[in-house]
Amino acid sequence: MSAQPLLQTRNVTQRFGGLTAVSDFSLEVAEGHAHGIIGPNGAGKTTAFNLITGIYKPTEGDILFRGKPITGLRPDEIARRGIGRTFQNIRLFRDLSVLDNVRIASDSRSRYSWPGAMVQLPSARREEKQTIGACEELLEQFGLAEVARERAGGLPYGSQRRLEIARAMALKPSLLLLDEPAAGMNSAETLKLVEFLGWLRDHFSVTMLLIEHHMQLVMTFCDRITVLDFGATIAEGGPEDIRTNAKVIEAYLGEEPDEG
Amino acid sequence: MDYFAQQAINAVQLGSIYALIALGYSMVYGVLVMINFAHGDVFMVSSFFCFLLLLVAPVPFAVALVVVMLATAILGVCIERLAYRPLRNAPRVSAIITALGCGLVIQNTTLSLSPYSQRMPELLKPVVWKFGGVSVSSLQVLIVGISVALMLGLDFFIRKTRYGMAMRAISMDRITVPLMGIPTNAIISMTFALGGALGGAAGVLYGMAYPVIGASMGVLVGWKAFVAAVIGGIGNVRGAVLGGYLLGAVEVFTVTVLPSTYRDLVSYSLLLIILIFKPYGLLGRPAVQKV
Amino acid sequence: MLRLDRPPSRGLLLALLAAVLASCFAIEQFGLVDDYIRFILITLGINVILCVSLNLVNGWMGEFSVGHAGFMALGAYLSACVSVKWLGGANPLWMFPLAVISGGLAAGVVGFLLGLLSFKTRGDYLAIITLAFLMIVKSGIENISYVGGPRGFLGIGNETSLPWTAAWTILTLWAIRNLVYSRFGRAIVAVREDEIAATAMGVDTRKAKLVAFVVSSFFGGVAGALFAHQLQFINPGSFDIVKSTEILVMVYLGGIGSIAGSVLGATVFTVLTQVLQPLGTWRMVIMPLLLVMLMLFRPRGIMGLREWSWFVPRREFEEKEKSS
Repeated sequence: MSAQPLLQTRNVTQRFGGLTAVSDFSLEVAEGHAHGIIGPNGAGKTTAFNLITGIYKPTEGDILFRGKPITGLRPDEIARRGIGRTFQNIRLFRDLSVLDNVRIASDSRSRYSWPGAMVQLPSARREEKQTIGACEELLEQFGLAEVARERAGGLPYGSQRRLEIARAMALKPSLLLLDEPAAGMNSAETLKLVEFLGWLRDHFSVTMLLIEHHMQLVMTFCDRITVLDFGATIAEGGPEDIRTNAKVIEAYLGEEPDEG
Repeated sequence: MDYFAQQAINAVQLGSIYALIALGYSMVYGVLVMINFAHGDVFMVSSFFCFLLLLVAPVPFAVALVVVMLATAILGVCIERLAYRPLRNAPRVSAIITALGCGLVIQNTTLSLSPYSQRMPELLKPVVWKFGGVSVSSLQVLIVGISVALMLGLDFFIRKTRYGMAMRAISMDRITVPLMGIPTNAIISMTFALGGALGGAAGVLYGMAYPVIGASMGVLVGWKAFVAAVIGGIGNVRGAVLGGYLLGAVEVFTVTVLPSTYRDLVSYSLLLIILIFKPYGLLGRPAVQKV
Repeated sequence: MLRLDRPPSRGLLLALLAAVLASCFAIEQFGLVDDYIRFILITLGINVILCVSLNLVNGWMGEFSVGHAGFMALGAYLSACVSVKWLGGANPLWMFPLAVISGGLAAGVVGFLLGLLSFKTRGDYLAIITLAFLMIVKSGIENISYVGGPRGFLGIGNETSLPWTAAWTILTLWAIRNLVYSRFGRAIVAVREDEIAATAMGVDTRKAKLVAFVVSSFFGGVAGALFAHQLQFINPGSFDIVKSTEILVMVYLGGIGSIAGSVLGATVFTVLTQVLQPLGTWRMVIMPLLLVMLMLFRPRGIMGLREWSWFVPRREFEEKEKSS
């Protein structure tokens, strides 16, 4: 049952001038798992995401997806290979409609050319209709069908977060990177989010990599957890191992691991 | 060799004027991150201020210079208050278009009032000195001398006074600076006043060096100064000076080997080439974007 | 049933377009309007093409190109070379469209290069690059004696007729409308909204930029070709920053990112130019003043980012009805 990990980073180091944001980052995410990345602010978690999704090129190290290297590829190439993501500070296309936000991600699966678009070739029209259909279905599943034509920036915060995830899922990714999906949520909302993430994982068969500060979410939902501090990996293991790990507790400077 | 030296002097003269105008562009870009497209036309109109002043009251050079610098400074501040300040928080494009619009209004008002070019009355009787085969006019020395003095004065002001420090602070962070008790609006107006004053000086000096002035000077000369500012790295005061002299040299020496119709072609091609290899100009630095 | 808030059925639309073209033919054939009105109508068509093509880069993609007159110049000069110097005696029925298309292609090739430059450069610096491009084209042409240098290119045939103008205008509006409502149009808008998020969602932003610049410049060249064959005389001075500014006025007046806005802006501008004609050079004081006013009170233009339903593809509505 030891299949190759879906995502693998090997000794990835990212330096910005004199600052080492991430050092010797080695991670393996098994297919079907939910893997958490935690650590104090500034630990390099979002940088790790940016490295995996191709926004930064690592100073050292490789990143492999399904065994094939994706180091140095452009972000859109990586997205098309099946890695979707959300952002810490929701980056929706605020002035566009909900449907258009999702369509833009779904468009990566269309094939028609731009001259074909300009003269309305039947293949272009057909693919457009398919895209609309697929996106409407997706919005239905995410409970956003009612607001499909509304401006994305006008949605309530929770719906915006859901939309951002729906948009990423429109890529039909096999790996989904979620950057602080529970940000700004209280305990009740966080519980519902855990349910939602479980549904996501089962319904779409997607592997997940999460950055989170909400410990209860991470502990209940994730199969494995990696802990970063000052760019270095200080611990890795299952929830119980991390909960009781002395170095982790120390890194959080006395903060109780199961505080929300 | 003499010919080269002669052209070099011309280059320094032209470069000084470009640098004075370029500083206006760079300072405004530094504090507002806005291309003040109207600045070239402000320079042009300052020449006309000088012309009108001399028509009404034939004052000596020093008086004319100060009066025109003052008038242009006021013009600069007026444009800022009326057209740019209301758009401080509007989309970037609106500000650029407004600047372009203001420039056009100034240019075409001048054109409508003076469809033909005018000749600037003589302000000084130049003395010509000869060094071997090279002649230097006292006018050229004056132009370069005043320009350099003004530039040094500005440099001192920016680096050694509180106001200058405030300007530099605003250019780095426009949001938090007012929270520290710095009157941002006043400093920004001051920046426009300074830029206007330097442009005014350039207008007077240009009118003395090349006495035929016309409404199209704003585009022909003023925009070249903009090119100079960008080449040096817009927003960067040292860059403006560097760009000014570099462009002056390029233009003067281009015309020695190619027909004059090639001058603009070479200048703008140089700009393009520099931007391709150094996208922020020779001394410019990009703003960092956090993901 | 003709409704203004829904696109008409395909049959009705085709009938309307056919009627427009037929009227143009009739007007042309029987001299139904005087020369002045005809000239204005043709100018209007050319302005619509200029406006909607620039809007692709400045509106939908959110950049600030001041170089559009340069693409016009390339199209004008190349088409003039084709129709006067290279295919001089040929039958205008096939020669003229060929000349116009060549003009468009010439502009498109250069647009492609500009698009390449836009990969690493955005915002103000890209605006400056487009300015440099405009000046280079203008002074470049001044130095080519083959096309008349600064004195200009004379003796161009009067090929731009009302039917041809109408045809090209309709074609341009249709093609750009189709592009905007396709995955490429959405990609271009995504680049404007948030380039990083766009790449993370699989958008090939480099291709989007190239498509925007190439299509925009192609139709800019087409407009230039029509312009050359209307005035029958072109010189580098016709394609300077003033011309570019006029096109900018049309775009920002009518509304960025809107096809109806482009038509509106071009129309208002063309009419205003004629109405203000007696003012002479003061006209170019009033116009920019109006532009400044506009920026102060309505920075996105009259129809900013909104569209008239007749320009929206029907499939966008069918699903709109479904979800409500």
